[in-house]
Amino acid sequence: MEEMQILDAVERYLANEMPVEERAYFEQLRKTNPEVDQLVVEHSMFLQQMDRFSDWKQFKSTLNEVHTQLAETGSIRDKAPKATVIQLWKKYQRVVAVAACIAGITALTISAMVYYFTPKPVSEIRLLSQELDKVKMKQQRTEQKVTLIEKSGATSRPTADPKSGGTGFLIDGKGYLVTSAHIVADADSVYIQNIKGDYFKVSTLYVNKQTDIAVLKIVDNRYQSIKSLPYALQKNTADLGEEIFTMGFPRPTSEIVYNKGYLSAKTGYNGDTTTYQLAISANPGNSGGPIFNHSGEVIGILSGKQTTAEGVVFSSRTKNIFTALHEIRKDSTNEDRIKLLLPSSIKGLDRVQQIKKIEDCMFMVIRY
Amino acid sequence: MKTDPREIALLEGLAKNDRQAIETIYKQHYNMVQTLIINNNGSADDARDVFQEAMIVLYEKAKSGTFELNCLLKTYVYSVCRRLWLKRLQQQQKFVPDINGLSDTVPVEDELEAQGQRNTEFQMMEKAMLHLGEPCRSLLEAFYIQKRNMLDIASHFGYTNADNAKNQKYKCLMRLKKLFFAAYKNNNTL
Repeated sequence: MEEMQILDAVERYLANEMPVEERAYFEQLRKTNPEVDQLVVEHSMFLQQMDRFSDWKQFKSTLNEVHTQLAETGSIRDKAPKATVIQLWKKYQRVVAVAACIAGITALTISAMVYYFTPKPVSEIRLLSQELDKVKMKQQRTEQKVTLIEKSGATSRPTADPKSGGTGFLIDGKGYLVTSAHIVADADSVYIQNIKGDYFKVSTLYVNKQTDIAVLKIVDNRYQSIKSLPYALQKNTADLGEEIFTMGFPRPTSEIVYNKGYLSAKTGYNGDTTTYQLAISANPGNSGGPIFNHSGEVIGILSGKQTTAEGVVFSSRTKNIFTALHEIRKDSTNEDRIKLLLPSSIKGLDRVQQIKKIEDCMFMVIRY
Repeated sequence: MKTDPREIALLEGLAKNDRQAIETIYKQHYNMVQTLIINNNGSADDARDVFQEAMIVLYEKAKSGTFELNCLLKTYVYSVCRRLWLKRLQQQQKFVPDINGLSDTVPVEDELEAQGQRNTEFQMMEKAMLHLGEPCRSLLEAFYIQKRNMLDIASHFGYTNADNAKNQKYKCLMRLKKLFFAAYKNNNTL
C-alpha cells in the first residue's frame, strides 16, 4: 500500500501536480531517502519512454491512416506499377539462373557420361568399310564395263543402281537358275554376276511367292553353258540334325561366302511343311542360296530368318523346285526343257573341294 | 544550401503530428520511394514499411528541434529510404551490389543508428505491453497513452471508484515496469 502511495506521489511530482508544501516535503524526502530518489529517477525515465512510445504509436497510426486514405483517393499508387511476371522475374532471376546452370551442367554431364560409357558400335565400323568396298566395287565395275565395251562394244548391264541382291545357283548347265522369289519379284530387270565378275542378263521363267522359289534363265549369248553340274537336288526329305552348308553373296561384292550349320527342325515358321528350319548364320544377300547336305545335294533354298529369335533361318524345300519345274514343263515349249541334275558328283569329297566345284555354279542375283 | 521555407513549415507541422503536413510529404515523396523499392527487388508493402520508417526518422528529427535540413527534403527522404532498404536487403541475405537510382544522396548513417536504437526500445515496450495482457494493457494505454483521467477510466473499465482503478493501475504498472526493465537490461547486456 505504502509503495503505491509513494509511486502515486512520484507521478504527481513528475507531473507537477503537487501543492507547494507537499512538493517541498517530497523534495526533502528525496534528499534524505535514496530509495525514493532512485524511484523518482527510474520512474521519470520510464514515463519518458512511455511518452515517446505513445507519440510513436500515434504517429504510426496517423501514417497508416494517411497511407490508406491517400491510396484510396488515388494520390499515391499502392500497387506495383509493373506486371507481376516481371516483378517475379526480378525477384527470382538469380535463383532461376542458378537452377538453369545446374540443369545445364547436369544435362551435359549425363550426356557426356552416356557418350563415354556407351559401347562403341563395332558393326557400324564394319558397315562403313563395306560402304568403302561398295565405292571401290563400283569403280571396279565401271572399269570393267569400260574394258567390256572396248572388247565387245555392248553394255552388259544397266548403269542404274541395283535395288537389291541375293544368291542364285544353276540347276541346269544350259543356263537355268533357281533363286528366291522375293529377290526377283517386281523387278524391272534381273542380272546375275558370277564370282569372276561377269554379268549376264536373265529372264524370269517362274515365280512362286508362296514357296519363295523363282526360276531364271540366262538370256545372254556370252554365257557358255556348263556341261554337268557338280551337285544334285535331293529327292527325299532331309533329316533332323543333318549337317548342312550354304554359300551366298551377302556382301555387295561378288565375293562368295560359305557358312555351315545343321537342320534344326523339319518344318518352318509356324509349322510350315514346305520349309525347313535351319541353324546357320545368314545375312541379307544369302537369300536364294542353295542349302547342301554333306554329300553335296541341294536340300533347300535359303529364304529368310526370324527377326524375333536368334539363329532361326528358314529355307524352302527342294521339293518346291521340282514342283516349279513341273509347272514350267506344263506350259512351255521344248526349248525351255530343263534337264534334271545328275546324282551329285562331289559326294565324298572334302568340303574345300566341294566348294571349289560348286563355286562356278553360284551367281549373285541383282535386281534392278 | 538554403532550405525552402515551405519545407521548414512542413517539418514543423510534422513535429506536431500534423495530419496535413504528413499528407503533403506523403503525396510528394511516396511514389518516388515506391519506385525505388520495387525496382530493387521489393514489393509495395516493403515500400510502405520503408517509407513509414523514414517518416518516423524525420518525425523524431523534427521533434528534437535541432534538425537542420541541409538539402532538399526529397533528397533526405530518398537517402534514408535507400539506406534502410539496403540494410533490409542485407538482412535478407540478398546481395545487391549497387542499388540503382539516380538521385543524389546525403549521409544518414548517424540518424539511422539512433533510429535503430529507438526502434528496439519501442519494440521492447510494445512487447512488454503485449505480454501484459488484458485488461492491464488497455488500462495502462488509457492512462498513459490516451492520457485520460482516473475517474473517466474507472467508469469506462467498470471500477466502482477511482481508487480501485488506481489500485489496479498500480499493479499493472509494476508488472509492466518489471517486464520492460527486464527486457531493457537484457538488451543492454547483450
